[in-house]
Amino acid sequence: MTALTFPAKFEYLDEIRDFVGGQARASGFSEKDIYSVQLAADEAVSNIIEHAYEGIPNASFELDCDCDNDRLVITVLDHGRSFDPSKVAAPDIKADLSDRKIGGLGIFLMRKLMDEVRYEITPSGNRLTLVKRKG
Amino acid sequence: MEVAIKEFKHCNMVSVKGRVDSATAPQFTQTLDAQMDKGVFKMVVDMSALEYMSSAGFRALLAAQRNCKRYNRGEIFLASVPVRIREALELAGFTELFKTFGDPLEAVGNF
Repeated sequence: MTALTFPAKFEYLDEIRDFVGGQARASGFSEKDIYSVQLAADEAVSNIIEHAYEGIPNASFELDCDCDNDRLVITVLDHGRSFDPSKVAAPDIKADLSDRKIGGLGIFLMRKLMDEVRYEITPSGNRLTLVKRKG
Repeated sequence: MEVAIKEFKHCNMVSVKGRVDSATAPQFTQTLDAQMDKGVFKMVVDMSALEYMSSAGFRALLAAQRNCKRYNRGEIFLASVPVRIREALELAGFTELFKTFGDPLEAVGNF
């Protein structure tokens, strides 16, 4: 499967969710897991658009979604500012309303929804790998 | 994403249809802000036609809830939350921050 290139614009989130959702469905994942991979991909891509490419117009990134018998692997390669999700503190989900921090929620969800989240800074760009194993 | 407002005696209902993500969350925020700007701090967010919501939508709800609860002037209830969205709200630790009802009119009646 060759990676697809998407402009770094939120308008493409629909298409990206349809793409990964279609792959997950074809591979026999449950409805719950299909939604989870769509949400995780959305959160990952939204962060790239917001942070890696902040202030950079006309940017694009590559997204790949591969399935084998027992797992689905989403890879996103961006060419913007390195943004390592593991460096972002998890929000305190027990904090009360006035103390609840807004930042870090997307990454937190991504980590909870997927079985593996890997981030590597490579010569060709920042590579984020998300893995979901069939339950 | 589409929003529709219905006015009741003690609150307004915001029915949100479609998908709330980083592309459409600003419009959702604008809708909630417009209610609060008019002095409406008691709202029911009716999710019966909501297909999808990412953390962008959750953040919009959180900001609005903070504003509505300030000075004890109001609150946002969630109604008819679809199962996938409820699971994500639970993961995000949001279920303690919002009272949830199965039926939107039941939520309205609780104000």
